Amino acid sequence: MTYETDSAASAKLAGTSTLDVSRIRTDFPVLGRMVNGHRLVYLDNAATSQKPKSVIDAHSEYYSRFNANIHRGLHTLAEEATSAYEDTRKHVANFIGGVDSREIIFTNGTTEAINLVAQTWGEQNIGPGDEILITEMEHHANLVPWLVLSQKKQAVLKRIPLTGEGRLDLGNLDNLISDRTKLVAISHMSNVLGTINPVKHIGEVSHSYGALVLIDGAQATPHMPINVKDLGADLYTFSAHKMLGPTGVGVLWGRADLLEAMPPFNTGGEMIREVHFDRVSFNELPHKFEAGTPNIAGVVAFDRALTYLEELGMENVRQHEIELSGYAIKRLLEIDGIEIQGPLDPQLRGGAISFTDATLHPHDISTFLDSKGIAIRAGHHCAQPLMRTMGKLATARASLYIYNDKDDIDVLVQALREMRRYFGL
Amino acid sequence: MSNPLDELYREIILDHYRAPRGKQPISKVDITSDGQNPSCGDEIAVQVTMDDGTVKDVHVDCKGCAISVASGSMLAEYTKGKSLEEVKKIVGAVKSMLKGDESEIPAELADLDALKGVRKFPVRIKCALLAWMTLIEGLKNYENGKGGHQKTVSTEDEE
Repeated sequence: MTYETDSAASAKLAGTSTLDVSRIRTDFPVLGRMVNGHRLVYLDNAATSQKPKSVIDAHSEYYSRFNANIHRGLHTLAEEATSAYEDTRKHVANFIGGVDSREIIFTNGTTEAINLVAQTWGEQNIGPGDEILITEMEHHANLVPWLVLSQKKQAVLKRIPLTGEGRLDLGNLDNLISDRTKLVAISHMSNVLGTINPVKHIGEVSHSYGALVLIDGAQATPHMPINVKDLGADLYTFSAHKMLGPTGVGVLWGRADLLEAMPPFNTGGEMIREVHFDRVSFNELPHKFEAGTPNIAGVVAFDRALTYLEELGMENVRQHEIELSGYAIKRLLEIDGIEIQGPLDPQLRGGAISFTDATLHPHDISTFLDSKGIAIRAGHHCAQPLMRTMGKLATARASLYIYNDKDDIDVLVQALREMRRYFGL
Repeated sequence: MSNPLDELYREIILDHYRAPRGKQPISKVDITSDGQNPSCGDEIAVQVTMDDGTVKDVHVDCKGCAISVASGSMLAEYTKGKSLEEVKKIVGAVKSMLKGDESEIPAELADLDALKGVRKFPVRIKCALLAWMTLIEGLKNYENGKGGHQKTVSTEDEE
Protein backbone atom coordinates (compact mmCIF):
# COMPACT_ATOMS: atom_id res chain seq x y z
CA MET A 1 0.00 0.00 0.00
CA THR A 2 1.40 3.41 -0.92
CA TYR A 3 0.24 6.80 0.23
CA GLU A 4 0.29 9.81 -2.03
CA THR A 5 1.35 12.94 -0.24
CA ASP A 6 1.37 15.78 -2.76
CA SER A 7 -1.46 18.21 -2.20
CA ALA A 8 -3.52 17.40 -5.29
CA ALA A 9 -3.46 13.72 -4.51
CA SER A 10 -4.26 14.20 -0.85
CA ALA A 11 -7.18 16.51 -1.68
CA LYS A 12 -8.59 13.64 -3.72
CA LEU A 13 -7.97 11.25 -0.85
CA ALA A 14 -9.10 13.68 1.82
CA GLY A 15 -12.30 11.95 2.84
CA THR A 16 -12.64 8.28 3.59
CA SER A 17 -14.91 5.87 1.81
CA THR A 18 -17.51 6.00 4.57
CA LEU A 19 -17.99 9.64 5.64
CA ASP A 20 -18.30 12.78 3.55
CA VAL A 21 -15.89 14.77 5.67
CA SER A 22 -15.98 17.95 3.60
CA ARG A 23 -19.75 18.18 4.07
CA ILE A 24 -19.49 17.31 7.79
CA ARG A 25 -16.91 20.06 8.29
CA THR A 26 -19.40 22.72 7.19
CA ASP A 27 -21.61 21.81 10.18
CA PHE A 28 -18.88 22.75 12.69
CA PRO A 29 -18.44 26.53 12.94
CA VAL A 30 -15.16 26.40 14.88
CA LEU A 31 -13.44 24.45 12.11
CA GLY A 32 -13.54 27.59 9.97
CA ARG A 33 -11.27 29.33 12.44
CA MET A 34 -7.67 30.38 11.83
CA VAL A 35 -5.17 29.72 14.63
CA ASN A 36 -1.79 31.47 14.58
CA GLY A 37 -2.28 32.23 10.89
CA HIS A 38 -3.15 28.67 9.91
CA ARG A 39 -6.33 26.68 9.33
CA LEU A 40 -7.30 25.02 12.62
CA VAL A 41 -6.47 21.31 12.55
CA TYR A 42 -8.28 19.96 15.58
CA LEU A 43 -6.78 16.68 16.79
CA ASP A 44 -7.69 16.81 20.47
CA ASN A 45 -10.97 14.93 20.26
CA ALA A 46 -10.20 12.48 23.05
CA ALA A 47 -10.20 15.49 25.39
CA THR A 48 -13.38 16.99 23.95
CA SER A 49 -15.06 17.04 20.55
CA GLN A 50 -16.19 20.11 18.68
CA LYS A 51 -19.94 20.82 18.41
CA PRO A 52 -22.10 20.99 15.29
CA LYS A 53 -24.33 24.00 14.72
CA SER A 54 -27.44 21.94 15.55
CA VAL A 55 -26.16 21.35 19.08
CA ILE A 56 -25.08 24.96 19.59
CA ASP A 57 -28.49 26.15 18.31
CA ALA A 58 -30.42 23.72 20.52
CA HIS A 59 -28.55 25.01 23.55
CA SER A 60 -29.41 28.58 22.74
CA GLU A 61 -32.98 27.71 21.71
CA TYR A 62 -33.65 26.25 25.15
CA TYR A 63 -32.62 29.52 26.80
CA SER A 64 -34.40 31.75 24.29
CA ARG A 65 -37.66 29.78 23.95
CA PHE A 66 -38.46 27.48 26.86
CA ASN A 67 -36.07 27.99 29.76
CA ALA A 68 -37.84 26.62 32.83
CA ASN A 69 -37.08 24.21 35.62
CA ILE A 70 -38.13 20.67 34.87
CA HIS A 71 -40.62 18.35 36.61
CA ARG A 72 -43.58 19.49 38.73
CA GLY A 73 -44.01 22.74 36.78
CA LEU A 74 -47.58 23.37 35.73
CA HIS A 75 -46.93 25.95 33.04
CA THR A 76 -46.21 25.62 29.35
CA LEU A 77 -42.49 26.38 29.50
CA ALA A 78 -41.93 23.89 32.32
CA GLU A 79 -43.81 21.23 30.38
CA GLU A 80 -41.79 21.91 27.23
CA ALA A 81 -38.49 21.84 29.14
CA THR A 82 -39.44 18.63 30.98
CA SER A 83 -40.47 16.90 27.81
CA ALA A 84 -37.27 17.93 25.95
CA TYR A 85 -35.17 16.73 28.91
CA GLU A 86 -37.00 13.42 29.19
CA ASP A 87 -36.94 12.91 25.40
CA THR A 88 -33.15 13.01 25.55
CA ARG A 89 -33.22 10.33 28.24
CA LYS A 90 -35.22 8.06 25.91
CA HIS A 91 -32.89 8.93 23.06
CA VAL A 92 -29.83 7.97 25.11
CA ALA A 93 -31.56 4.70 26.09
CA ASN A 94 -32.01 3.89 22.42
CA PHE A 95 -28.51 5.00 21.48
CA ILE A 96 -26.83 2.46 23.76
CA GLY A 97 -28.85 -0.51 22.58
CA GLY A 98 -32.47 0.08 23.54
CA VAL A 99 -32.45 -0.10 27.32
CA ASP A 100 -35.19 0.99 29.74
CA SER A 101 -34.96 4.80 29.98
CA ARG A 102 -35.40 4.59 33.79
CA GLU A 103 -31.90 3.12 33.75
CA ILE A 104 -30.39 6.32 32.30
CA ILE A 105 -29.06 8.63 35.03
CA PHE A 106 -27.81 12.05 33.97
CA THR A 107 -24.67 13.21 35.78
CA ASN A 108 -22.27 16.05 35.06
CA GLY A 109 -19.82 13.71 33.36
CA THR A 110 -18.19 10.29 33.37
CA THR A 111 -16.15 11.19 36.46
CA GLU A 112 -19.28 11.95 38.46
CA ALA A 113 -21.00 8.83 37.12
CA ILE A 114 -18.17 6.61 38.40
CA ASN A 115 -18.00 8.47 41.72
CA LEU A 116 -21.74 7.98 42.08
CA VAL A 117 -21.28 4.22 41.85
CA ALA A 118 -18.28 4.24 44.21
CA GLN A 119 -20.09 6.31 46.83
CA THR A 120 -23.41 4.45 46.71
CA TRP A 121 -22.97 0.87 45.54
CA GLY A 122 -19.35 0.81 46.72
CA GLU A 123 -20.20 2.24 50.13
CA GLN A 124 -22.87 -0.43 50.60
CA ASN A 125 -21.17 -3.46 49.08
CA ILE A 126 -17.41 -3.21 49.60
CA GLY A 127 -15.91 -4.44 52.86
CA PRO A 128 -12.55 -5.48 54.33
CA GLY A 129 -10.74 -8.03 52.17
CA ASP A 130 -13.03 -7.52 49.17
CA GLU A 131 -11.31 -7.00 45.86
CA ILE A 132 -11.82 -4.50 43.06
CA LEU A 133 -10.13 -5.22 39.76
CA ILE A 134 -9.12 -2.45 37.34
CA THR A 135 -6.53 -2.29 34.55
CA GLU A 136 -3.16 -0.58 34.25
CA MET A 137 -4.47 1.68 31.50
CA GLU A 138 -7.24 3.38 33.48
CA HIS A 139 -7.89 7.11 33.36
CA HIS A 140 -7.71 8.63 36.85
CA ALA A 141 -11.53 8.87 36.73
CA ASN A 142 -11.81 5.08 36.82
CA LEU A 143 -8.92 4.60 39.21
CA VAL A 144 -8.95 7.20 41.99
CA PRO A 145 -12.58 6.51 43.11
CA TRP A 146 -11.70 2.81 43.50
CA LEU A 147 -8.36 3.54 45.17
CA VAL A 148 -10.03 5.85 47.70
CA LEU A 149 -12.88 3.41 48.29
CA SER A 150 -10.58 0.43 48.79
CA GLN A 151 -8.40 2.40 51.21
CA LYS A 152 -11.45 3.48 53.18
CA LYS A 153 -12.91 -0.04 53.31
CA GLN A 154 -9.63 -1.96 53.69
CA ALA A 155 -10.40 -3.61 50.37
CA VAL A 156 -7.78 -4.65 47.83
CA LEU A 157 -7.32 -2.90 44.49
CA LYS A 158 -5.91 -5.26 41.86
CA ARG A 159 -5.03 -4.56 38.25
CA ILE A 160 -4.83 -6.34 34.93
CA PRO A 161 -1.32 -5.72 33.48
CA LEU A 162 -0.50 -4.70 29.92
CA THR A 163 1.42 -6.37 27.13
CA GLY A 164 4.31 -4.53 25.50
CA GLU A 165 1.95 -3.54 22.71
CA GLY A 166 -0.38 -1.78 25.14
CA ARG A 167 -3.14 -4.39 25.20
CA LEU A 168 -4.51 -6.08 28.31
CA ASP A 169 -2.55 -9.15 29.30
CA LEU A 170 -5.37 -11.56 30.10
CA GLY A 171 -3.12 -14.61 30.50
CA ASN A 172 -3.43 -14.41 34.27
CA LEU A 173 -7.05 -13.24 34.45
CA ASP A 174 -8.29 -16.29 36.31
CA ASN A 175 -5.78 -15.62 39.07
CA LEU A 176 -6.73 -11.96 39.30
CA ILE A 177 -10.44 -12.62 39.70
CA SER A 178 -11.79 -14.71 42.55
CA ASP A 179 -14.85 -15.04 44.74
CA ARG A 180 -13.51 -12.06 46.68
CA THR A 181 -13.77 -9.85 43.58
CA LYS A 182 -16.83 -7.64 43.95
CA LEU A 183 -16.28 -5.29 41.04
CA VAL A 184 -14.37 -5.22 37.78
CA ALA A 185 -14.05 -1.62 36.54
CA ILE A 186 -12.47 -1.33 33.11
CA SER A 187 -12.08 1.15 30.32
CA HIS A 188 -13.77 0.19 27.04
CA MET A 189 -11.20 2.17 25.06
CA SER A 190 -7.98 3.67 26.43
CA ASN A 191 -7.69 7.44 26.19
CA VAL A 192 -3.91 7.11 25.91
CA LEU A 193 -3.22 3.93 23.96
CA GLY A 194 -6.42 3.83 21.92
CA THR A 195 -6.71 0.12 22.77
CA ILE A 196 -10.21 -1.33 22.55
CA ASN A 197 -10.51 -3.82 25.38
CA PRO A 198 -12.32 -7.19 25.16
CA VAL A 199 -14.84 -6.05 27.76
CA LYS A 200 -17.39 -8.70 26.85
CA HIS A 201 -14.95 -11.52 27.52
CA ILE A 202 -13.71 -9.94 30.75
CA GLY A 203 -17.35 -9.44 31.76
CA GLU A 204 -18.15 -13.12 31.25
CA VAL A 205 -15.22 -14.21 33.39
CA SER A 206 -16.12 -11.61 36.04
CA HIS A 207 -19.76 -12.70 36.16
CA SER A 208 -18.72 -16.33 36.58
CA TYR A 209 -17.17 -15.24 39.91
CA GLY A 210 -20.19 -13.12 40.82
CA ALA A 211 -18.42 -9.78 40.30
CA LEU A 212 -20.19 -6.74 38.84
CA VAL A 213 -18.79 -5.12 35.71
CA LEU A 214 -18.53 -1.36 35.29
CA ILE A 215 -17.31 -0.16 31.92
CA ASP A 216 -15.89 3.34 31.47
CA GLY A 217 -17.18 4.13 27.98
CA ALA A 218 -16.03 7.77 27.82
CA GLN A 219 -13.73 7.07 24.87
CA ALA A 220 -15.69 4.27 23.20
CA THR A 221 -19.23 5.65 23.05
CA PRO A 222 -18.38 8.57 20.70
CA HIS A 223 -16.63 6.28 18.23
CA MET A 224 -18.44 2.96 17.79
CA PRO A 225 -21.87 1.34 18.12
CA ILE A 226 -22.58 0.53 21.76
CA ASN A 227 -25.01 -2.05 23.05
CA VAL A 228 -24.54 -2.22 26.81
CA LYS A 229 -26.54 -5.42 27.23
CA ASP A 230 -24.70 -7.18 24.45
CA LEU A 231 -21.42 -6.15 26.10
CA GLY A 232 -22.59 -7.80 29.31
CA ALA A 233 -22.09 -4.62 31.35
CA ASP A 234 -23.83 -4.04 34.66
CA LEU A 235 -22.91 -0.36 34.68
CA TYR A 236 -21.72 1.81 31.77
CA THR A 237 -20.63 5.45 31.85
CA PHE A 238 -19.88 8.14 29.27
CA SER A 239 -19.78 11.90 28.65
CA ALA A 240 -21.76 14.02 26.18
CA HIS A 241 -18.95 16.46 25.43
CA LYS A 242 -16.72 13.89 23.78
CA MET A 243 -19.52 12.97 21.35
CA LEU A 244 -20.54 16.37 19.89
CA GLY A 245 -22.62 17.31 22.93
CA PRO A 246 -22.19 20.06 25.53
CA THR A 247 -19.84 19.92 28.52
CA GLY A 248 -21.36 19.17 31.92
CA VAL A 249 -23.53 16.22 30.88
CA GLY A 250 -22.67 12.62 31.58
CA VAL A 251 -24.55 9.36 31.64
CA LEU A 252 -24.62 6.45 34.04
CA TRP A 253 -26.47 3.45 32.71
CA GLY A 254 -27.11 0.67 35.21
CA ARG A 255 -29.30 -2.41 35.41
CA ALA A 256 -32.60 -1.32 37.01
CA ASP A 257 -32.46 -3.94 39.78
CA LEU A 258 -28.98 -2.77 40.67
CA LEU A 259 -29.88 0.93 40.66
CA GLU A 260 -32.98 0.25 42.71
CA ALA A 261 -30.97 -1.51 45.40
CA MET A 262 -28.37 1.27 45.56
CA PRO A 263 -28.76 4.05 48.15
CA PRO A 264 -29.18 7.59 46.76
CA PHE A 265 -26.15 9.72 45.86
CA ASN A 266 -26.74 13.45 46.42
CA THR A 267 -29.83 14.22 48.49
CA GLY A 268 -32.17 17.19 48.30
CA GLY A 269 -34.82 18.29 45.84
CA GLU A 270 -36.19 16.10 43.06
CA MET A 271 -34.74 12.85 44.43
CA ILE A 272 -37.42 12.55 47.16
CA ARG A 273 -40.93 11.17 47.28
CA GLU A 274 -42.03 12.49 50.67
CA VAL A 275 -40.16 14.55 53.25
CA HIS A 276 -40.99 15.05 56.95
CA PHE A 277 -38.84 16.58 59.64
CA ASP A 278 -38.07 13.13 60.95
CA ARG A 279 -38.15 10.89 57.89
CA VAL A 280 -37.78 10.85 54.12
CA SER A 281 -38.67 8.45 51.32
CA PHE A 282 -36.90 8.53 47.99
CA ASN A 283 -38.14 8.99 44.45
CA GLU A 284 -38.13 6.19 41.92
CA LEU A 285 -35.58 5.72 39.12
CA PRO A 286 -34.06 7.68 37.55
CA HIS A 287 -34.93 10.69 39.71
CA LYS A 288 -33.56 9.10 42.87
CA PHE A 289 -30.06 9.84 41.53
CA GLU A 290 -30.73 13.30 40.11
CA ALA A 291 -30.95 15.65 43.09
CA GLY A 292 -31.19 19.37 42.37
CA THR A 293 -31.60 21.21 39.09
CA PRO A 294 -29.59 19.41 36.43
CA ASN A 295 -27.85 20.83 33.34
CA ILE A 296 -31.13 21.11 31.45
CA ALA A 297 -29.77 23.09 28.49
CA GLY A 298 -26.92 20.63 28.13
CA VAL A 299 -29.15 17.57 28.23
CA VAL A 300 -31.59 19.14 25.75
CA ALA A 301 -28.77 19.97 23.33
CA PHE A 302 -27.20 16.52 23.76
CA ASP A 303 -30.26 15.14 21.98
CA ARG A 304 -29.12 16.80 18.73
CA ALA A 305 -25.63 15.36 19.12
CA LEU A 306 -27.13 11.86 19.27
CA THR A 307 -29.25 12.62 16.20
CA TYR A 308 -26.18 13.86 14.34
CA LEU A 309 -24.24 10.68 15.10
CA GLU A 310 -27.20 8.45 14.25
CA GLU A 311 -27.61 10.14 10.89
CA LEU A 312 -23.96 9.40 10.12
CA GLY A 313 -24.34 5.87 11.48
CA MET A 314 -22.05 4.69 14.28
CA GLU A 315 -20.80 1.79 12.10
CA ASN A 316 -19.69 4.39 9.55
CA VAL A 317 -18.05 6.50 12.25
CA ARG A 318 -16.09 3.45 13.38
CA GLN A 319 -15.15 2.52 9.80
CA HIS A 320 -13.99 6.08 9.08
CA GLU A 321 -11.75 6.03 12.14
CA ILE A 322 -10.30 2.62 11.31
CA GLU A 323 -9.29 3.95 7.88
CA LEU A 324 -8.02 7.27 9.17
CA SER A 325 -6.13 5.80 12.17
CA GLY A 326 -4.46 3.31 9.88
CA TYR A 327 -3.36 6.15 7.62
CA ALA A 328 -2.19 8.31 10.54
CA ILE A 329 -0.19 5.50 12.16
CA LYS A 330 1.47 4.62 8.87
CA ARG A 331 2.41 8.25 8.13
CA LEU A 332 3.61 8.99 11.69
CA LEU A 333 5.90 5.97 11.66
CA GLU A 334 7.55 7.28 8.48
CA ILE A 335 9.03 10.13 10.56
CA ASP A 336 12.47 9.47 12.08
CA GLY A 337 12.39 9.37 15.87
CA ILE A 338 8.61 9.07 16.24
CA GLU A 339 7.34 6.10 18.22
CA ILE A 340 3.68 5.17 18.75
CA GLN A 341 2.35 3.84 22.05
CA GLY A 342 -0.43 1.30 21.77
CA PRO A 343 -1.50 -1.23 19.15
CA LEU A 344 -0.62 -0.41 15.54
CA ASP A 345 -3.46 -2.42 14.00
CA PRO A 346 -6.39 0.00 13.57
CA GLN A 347 -8.88 -2.84 13.99
CA LEU A 348 -7.74 -3.21 17.59
CA ARG A 349 -7.89 0.43 18.51
CA GLY A 350 -9.62 3.77 18.24
CA GLY A 351 -8.32 7.08 16.96
CA ALA A 352 -6.52 8.30 20.10
CA ILE A 353 -2.92 8.00 18.94
CA SER A 354 -0.19 8.64 21.51
CA PHE A 355 3.29 9.20 20.19
CA THR A 356 6.66 10.33 21.46
CA ASP A 357 9.74 11.77 19.83
CA ALA A 358 13.06 10.18 20.71
CA THR A 359 14.41 13.56 21.86
CA LEU A 360 11.70 16.17 22.22
CA HIS A 361 9.39 16.54 25.19
CA PRO A 362 5.67 16.32 24.29
CA HIS A 363 5.13 19.88 25.54
CA ASP A 364 7.61 21.21 23.01
CA ILE A 365 5.86 19.15 20.33
CA SER A 366 2.49 20.60 21.30
CA THR A 367 3.78 24.18 21.44
CA PHE A 368 5.38 23.83 18.03
CA LEU A 369 2.29 22.26 16.46
CA ASP A 370 0.08 24.98 17.94
CA SER A 371 2.16 27.57 16.10
CA LYS A 372 1.00 25.77 12.93
CA GLY A 373 -2.67 25.77 13.98
CA ILE A 374 -2.62 22.11 15.04
CA ALA A 375 -4.28 21.23 18.36
CA ILE A 376 -3.04 18.04 20.03
CA ARG A 377 -2.65 17.18 23.71
CA ALA A 378 0.59 16.59 25.58
CA GLY A 379 1.14 15.30 29.09
CA HIS A 380 0.10 12.37 31.20
CA HIS A 381 -3.52 12.36 29.95
CA CYS A 382 -4.85 11.76 33.47
CA ALA A 383 -3.15 8.37 33.51
CA GLN A 384 0.00 8.81 35.62
CA PRO A 385 0.26 5.14 36.66
CA LEU A 386 0.06 4.13 32.98
CA MET A 387 2.84 6.61 32.11
CA ARG A 388 5.04 4.99 34.78
CA THR A 389 4.20 1.52 33.45
CA MET A 390 5.24 2.65 29.96
CA GLY A 391 8.37 4.33 31.32
CA LYS A 392 7.34 7.70 29.84
CA LEU A 393 7.12 11.08 31.51
CA ALA A 394 4.42 12.14 29.09
CA THR A 395 3.21 11.53 25.54
CA ALA A 396 1.86 13.65 22.71
CA ARG A 397 -1.58 12.53 21.56
CA ALA A 398 -3.40 13.21 18.31
CA SER A 399 -7.00 12.02 18.46
CA LEU A 400 -9.37 11.81 15.52
CA TYR A 401 -13.05 12.26 14.89
CA ILE A 402 -15.66 12.49 12.15
CA TYR A 403 -14.48 15.85 10.76
CA ASN A 404 -10.83 14.86 10.41
CA ASP A 405 -9.46 13.67 7.12
CA LYS A 406 -6.21 12.65 5.48
CA ASP A 407 -5.40 16.31 4.82
CA ASP A 408 -5.31 16.90 8.58
CA ILE A 409 -2.93 13.98 9.00
CA ASP A 410 -0.72 15.26 6.17
CA VAL A 411 -0.57 18.70 7.81
CA LEU A 412 0.38 17.06 11.12
CA VAL A 413 3.08 14.91 9.56
CA GLN A 414 4.58 17.81 7.64
CA ALA A 415 4.62 19.97 10.77
CA LEU A 416 6.34 17.21 12.77
CA ARG A 417 9.05 17.00 10.12
CA GLU A 418 9.48 20.78 10.25
CA MET A 419 9.61 20.58 14.02
CA ARG A 420 12.52 18.15 13.98
CA ARG A 421 14.42 20.47 11.62
CA TYR A 422 13.55 23.48 13.81
CA PHE A 423 15.02 21.83 16.91
CA GLY A 424 18.04 20.71 14.91
CA LEU A 425 17.32 16.97 15.08
CA MET B 1 12.58 37.96 16.48
CA SER B 2 9.36 37.80 14.58
CA ASN B 3 6.93 35.30 16.04
CA PRO B 4 6.22 34.08 19.59
CA LEU B 5 7.55 30.61 18.78
CA ASP B 6 10.98 32.01 17.88
CA GLU B 7 10.81 34.22 20.99
CA LEU B 8 10.22 31.13 23.11
CA TYR B 9 12.81 28.95 21.43
CA ARG B 10 15.55 31.53 20.90
CA GLU B 11 18.81 30.25 19.48
CA ILE B 12 20.43 30.57 22.93
CA ILE B 13 17.70 28.39 24.45
CA LEU B 14 18.03 25.77 21.73
CA ASP B 15 21.81 25.78 22.16
CA HIS B 16 21.49 25.11 25.91
CA TYR B 17 18.83 22.46 25.20
CA ARG B 18 20.95 20.60 22.66
CA ALA B 19 24.11 20.72 24.79
CA PRO B 20 23.14 21.25 28.43
CA ARG B 21 25.90 22.53 30.72
CA GLY B 22 26.50 20.86 34.06
CA LYS B 23 25.83 17.34 32.82
CA GLN B 24 28.98 15.88 34.41
CA PRO B 25 28.38 14.38 37.84
CA ILE B 26 30.31 16.04 40.69
CA SER B 27 32.27 14.09 43.27
CA LYS B 28 31.69 16.25 46.36
CA VAL B 29 28.00 17.10 46.91
CA ASP B 30 27.36 19.84 49.47
CA ILE B 31 23.95 20.94 48.27
CA THR B 32 21.40 18.63 46.70
CA SER B 33 17.80 19.24 45.78
CA ASP B 34 15.16 17.61 43.58
CA GLY B 35 12.31 19.21 41.67
CA GLN B 36 9.37 17.78 39.81
CA ASN B 37 6.35 19.16 37.99
CA PRO B 38 3.99 16.18 37.94
CA SER B 39 1.57 17.64 35.41
CA CYS B 40 4.38 18.06 32.84
CA GLY B 41 6.40 15.10 33.96
CA ASP B 42 9.49 17.33 34.29
CA GLU B 43 12.09 16.04 36.77
CA ILE B 44 15.26 17.77 37.85
CA ALA B 45 18.12 17.12 40.25
CA VAL B 46 20.49 19.96 41.17
CA GLN B 47 23.76 19.34 43.03
CA VAL B 48 26.41 21.83 44.08
CA THR B 49 30.00 21.61 45.32
CA MET B 50 30.86 24.52 47.63
CA ASP B 51 34.34 25.89 48.28
CA ASP B 52 34.88 28.61 50.86
CA GLY B 53 31.39 30.09 50.49
CA THR B 54 31.53 29.97 46.70
CA VAL B 55 29.82 27.67 44.20
CA LYS B 56 32.65 25.61 42.83
CA ASP B 57 30.78 23.18 40.64
CA VAL B 58 27.17 22.49 39.61
CA HIS B 59 25.56 19.35 38.30
CA VAL B 60 22.08 19.52 36.78
CA ASP B 61 20.19 16.46 35.58
CA CYS B 62 16.91 17.47 33.96
CA LYS B 63 14.41 15.29 32.15
CA GLY B 64 11.87 17.60 30.64
CA CYS B 65 10.97 20.05 27.92
CA ALA B 66 13.39 22.31 26.07
CA ILE B 67 12.57 25.22 28.36
CA SER B 68 13.22 23.38 31.62
CA VAL B 69 16.41 21.77 30.27
CA ALA B 70 17.75 25.06 28.90
CA SER B 71 16.87 26.86 32.11
CA GLY B 72 18.72 24.22 34.15
CA SER B 73 21.71 24.48 31.84
CA MET B 74 21.80 28.26 32.26
CA LEU B 75 21.64 27.80 36.00
CA ALA B 76 24.69 25.52 35.85
CA GLU B 77 26.58 28.02 33.73
CA TYR B 78 25.74 31.22 35.60
CA THR B 79 25.95 30.16 39.22
CA LYS B 80 29.43 28.66 38.95
CA GLY B 81 32.03 30.78 40.75
CA LYS B 82 29.39 32.90 42.52
CA SER B 83 28.97 33.43 46.24
CA LEU B 84 25.73 32.25 47.83
CA GLU B 85 24.59 35.87 48.07
CA GLU B 86 25.25 36.41 44.36
CA VAL B 87 23.45 33.19 43.51
CA LYS B 88 20.39 34.35 45.46
CA LYS B 89 20.47 37.65 43.58
CA ILE B 90 20.58 35.86 40.23
CA VAL B 91 17.69 33.59 41.17
CA GLY B 92 15.72 36.62 42.36
CA ALA B 93 16.38 38.43 39.07
CA VAL B 94 15.32 35.40 36.99
CA LYS B 95 12.17 34.97 39.07
CA SER B 96 11.13 38.60 38.70
CA MET B 97 11.90 38.57 34.99
CA LEU B 98 9.76 35.48 34.42
CA LYS B 99 6.97 37.06 36.39
CA GLY B 100 6.95 40.14 34.20
CA ASP B 101 9.47 42.51 35.82
CA GLU B 102 10.95 44.60 32.98
CA SER B 103 14.13 45.63 34.83
CA GLU B 104 17.32 44.58 33.11
CA ILE B 105 19.17 41.40 33.82
CA PRO B 106 22.81 42.27 34.76
CA ALA B 107 24.99 42.50 31.66
CA GLU B 108 27.21 39.55 32.57
CA LEU B 109 24.08 37.37 32.68
CA ALA B 110 22.66 38.64 29.40
CA ASP B 111 21.88 35.16 28.09
CA LEU B 112 19.29 34.68 30.82
CA ASP B 113 17.28 37.35 29.07
CA ALA B 114 16.47 34.69 26.46
CA LEU B 115 14.10 33.04 28.96
CA LYS B 116 11.82 36.06 28.63
CA GLY B 117 10.05 34.42 25.68
CA VAL B 118 8.11 32.13 28.02
CA ARG B 119 6.08 35.06 29.29
CA LYS B 120 3.91 34.80 26.18
CA PHE B 121 3.28 31.13 27.08
CA PRO B 122 1.92 31.31 30.65
CA VAL B 123 1.76 27.52 31.10
CA ARG B 124 5.49 27.28 30.38
CA ILE B 125 6.65 29.76 33.03
CA LYS B 126 6.73 26.97 35.60
CA CYS B 127 9.08 25.02 33.31
CA ALA B 128 11.55 27.91 33.26
CA LEU B 129 11.29 28.37 37.04
CA LEU B 130 11.78 24.76 38.09
CA ALA B 131 15.61 24.62 38.15
CA TRP B 132 15.93 27.91 40.02
CA MET B 133 13.35 27.09 42.67
CA THR B 134 14.94 23.68 43.15
CA LEU B 135 18.31 25.32 43.74
CA ILE B 136 16.82 27.81 46.24
CA GLU B 137 15.35 24.96 48.28
CA GLY B 138 18.76 23.30 48.35
CA LEU B 139 20.45 26.53 49.45
CA LYS B 140 17.92 27.02 52.23
CA ASN B 141 18.61 23.57 53.62
CA TYR B 142 22.37 24.07 53.28
CA GLU B 143 22.25 27.30 55.24
CA ASN B 144 20.07 25.73 57.90
CA GLY B 145 22.71 23.07 58.30
CA LYS B 146 20.46 20.40 56.84
CA GLY B 147 22.54 18.61 54.28
CA GLY B 148 21.04 16.18 51.86
CA HIS B 149 17.73 16.01 50.14
CA GLN B 150 14.71 17.44 51.98
CA LYS B 151 11.53 17.90 49.98
CA THR B 152 10.84 17.74 46.26
CA VAL B 153 10.18 21.17 44.79
CA SER B 154 7.32 21.88 42.39
CA THR B 155 6.56 25.14 40.60
CA GLU B 156 3.08 24.06 39.56
CA ASP B 157 1.36 25.88 42.37
CA GLU B 158 3.49 29.04 41.97
CA GLU B 159 1.44 32.14 41.29
